[in-house]
Amino acid sequence: MSGPAKISVDRIGKSYGDAIILENVSVDVQAGTFCTIVGASGCGKSTFLRMLLSQERPDTGTIRMDGQVLPAEPTQNRGIVFQRYSVFPHLSVEDNLILAEEFANSSLTGRSFAKARRQLRQSVDDTLEKIGLASARKRYPAQLSGGMQQRLAIAQALVKKPDILLLDEPFGALDPGIRVDMHDLLLGLWRERAMTIFMVTHDIHEAFKLGTRLLVFDKRRHDPHAPERYGATITYDLPIERGNGSENLSSRDLISKQTP
Amino acid sequence: MFKPGYRFNPGCRFNPSSPAIHSMRLINRQPGRVAALALAALPFVGVVLAYAVASHYRRLENPADKLLPSLEKMGDTFWRMAFTPDRRSGDLLLWVDTFDSLTRLGIGMGVATLFAIIVGTAIGFIPHIRSAFAPFIATASLVPPITILPILFIMVGLGEASKIALIALGTAPVMTRTVAQAVMDIPGEMVVKAQTLGASTWQMVTRLVLPQVLPRLVAAMRLGLVPAWIFLISAEAIASTSGLGYRIFLVRRFLAMDVILPYVVWITLLAFLLDRLLLVASRRAFPWHHLGGQSL
Repeated sequence: MSGPAKISVDRIGKSYGDAIILENVSVDVQAGTFCTIVGASGCGKSTFLRMLLSQERPDTGTIRMDGQVLPAEPTQNRGIVFQRYSVFPHLSVEDNLILAEEFANSSLTGRSFAKARRQLRQSVDDTLEKIGLASARKRYPAQLSGGMQQRLAIAQALVKKPDILLLDEPFGALDPGIRVDMHDLLLGLWRERAMTIFMVTHDIHEAFKLGTRLLVFDKRRHDPHAPERYGATITYDLPIERGNGSENLSSRDLISKQTP
Repeated sequence: MFKPGYRFNPGCRFNPSSPAIHSMRLINRQPGRVAALALAALPFVGVVLAYAVASHYRRLENPADKLLPSLEKMGDTFWRMAFTPDRRSGDLLLWVDTFDSLTRLGIGMGVATLFAIIVGTAIGFIPHIRSAFAPFIATASLVPPITILPILFIMVGLGEASKIALIALGTAPVMTRTVAQAVMDIPGEMVVKAQTLGASTWQMVTRLVLPQVLPRLVAAMRLGLVPAWIFLISAEAIASTSGLGYRIFLVRRFLAMDVILPYVVWITLLAFLLDRLLLVASRRAFPWHHLGGQSL
C-alpha cells in the first residue's frame, strides 16, 4: 500500500430486521482505482455501494474517505449512476446537465433564467458532443434510447467533478453492443479524470474488462435452514493487470472456487 | 403496402382486399378516424332518440305532459333562460346562475388545490411533517363532507363562505393525500441523485418535487372536480338565492322538467369542458409527462 487510502472500510455490518446482509466487511481502496464488485443477487453489493454514498448507514464499523468518517448524507464529491431513474424525466437533456450549476448559482429557486440559462446551456456543448447527444439536446429522457439515457446519466454525475464515482449496475439493461461503447466512454472518462470508481455489475466479464481491482461478495457460511443467518463479505479481492486482465482468472474458475 | 418504419396498427390504412383482416383478433382491429367519431356519437344519439320517442308518445296521450317535455319546448325554455331577462329580477338567469356557481367552484377548488400542493408536498417530502400530519389528514379525509355543511351554516352563516368552504373542505384532504403519495412515488434514486448534484431540500422541492408532482396534481384536480360539483349543487340546493343547483331545486316545485333537464345537460357540459381544459393545460405545460401511453 502506498499512501493513505481514498476509501477505507473498517469491519462494517448491515442487517434489515433479522436478515443479516453484510458482516465484517473491510477493504482499503487507493485513489484512482477502478473497483468492480460482483456477487450473487441479494448478497449486499448494492447495499455496500449505497453505504459508500451515505444513502444508507452501516450498523457497525466505519467508512472513511481521505481519513475522515463519511458524512451522513450524499455529497457532491461522490457521484452516482443507477441502473434506472438516474436522470430527471421532466428536464430536457441539456437541462439535466446544467441542473447542478443552477443549484450552485441560485440557492433560492435552484433555477437560472434568461441570459444566465442560455450561457449555461452553451457551456455543455462540449459534453453533449462527447457523449453523442448534441443532436438530442432538446429531447426529454423518455425520448432517448437506454444507452443514450445512461450516457446522459454518467455525464450528469460528473458535472460536479466528484473524486469518487459510484455505478450500480449502470449497463444492466443495455444491449451487448451498446455496452461495449459505454465501456469505452467510461474508461476514457476514468483515465481523463483520475477518479476512483466503484462499479457493481452482474457481468463478470465486464468486471474483469473494466476493473483494476475486483471484489467478490459472498457468504462465507451458509445455513440452508436459515439462509438469512449469515451475511456476505468480501471473499475474493483480486488486483487485475491492465491488458491481460481477463486471463488472470476465468469466470468459470471463480465460480467453482466460490462454492465451498 | 407497408412503408418502412410502419408501426403495426392494422385498423388504420389497412388494405381492404387483404383477407387477413377478417380473421384478425378483435383487440387488434382499430377504428379509423371517422368510425371512431361515429362510434362515440352513437350512445348520445341513442339517448336523445329514445327520449324523443318516449316524450312523443306521452304527449300523444296528454299534450300538457310535464314529465317528458318535447325537445323544442326545452330548447325554447333554455333560450328564454339564456337571452330573455327575467320578469322579476331583469337578469339573464342562465348566465347569472352559471357565473355564481363557477365562481364558488373556482374559489373552493383554488383554495383546496393551494392547500393540497403546500401541505401534500411537505407531508410527502419531509419525514417529520409526515409523522405529524399524515394520520390527521388521512382521518380528516374520511369525514363525510356533507356532514360538515350544517356546522358551516351555523358557524359562518348561509352566505357564500359556507358553500365555498364546503367545496374546499370536501376536496382538499383527498387531493392532499394524492399529492403526498405522488411525492413519495418519486423514485428515491432521483432524490439521491439531486443531493449528489448539490441540491438543498428547498431546491429539490422547486426543481425536482414540484415539477414531477404538478401533472399529478392536475389529475387530482380533475378527479376532485367530481365531488366538488356534488358539494356545490348540494349547498346551493339547501341554502342559496342563485346558482345552477339553486335553480333546478327551485323549479322542481313546479315540475319544470323543461328547465331541469337542459340545466343538467348544461352542468354536465361545463364539467366536461373544465375537465378537458385541465387535460389540455397539463399536456401543454408538462409534455414530458404525456410522452408514453394513452390516457382518458
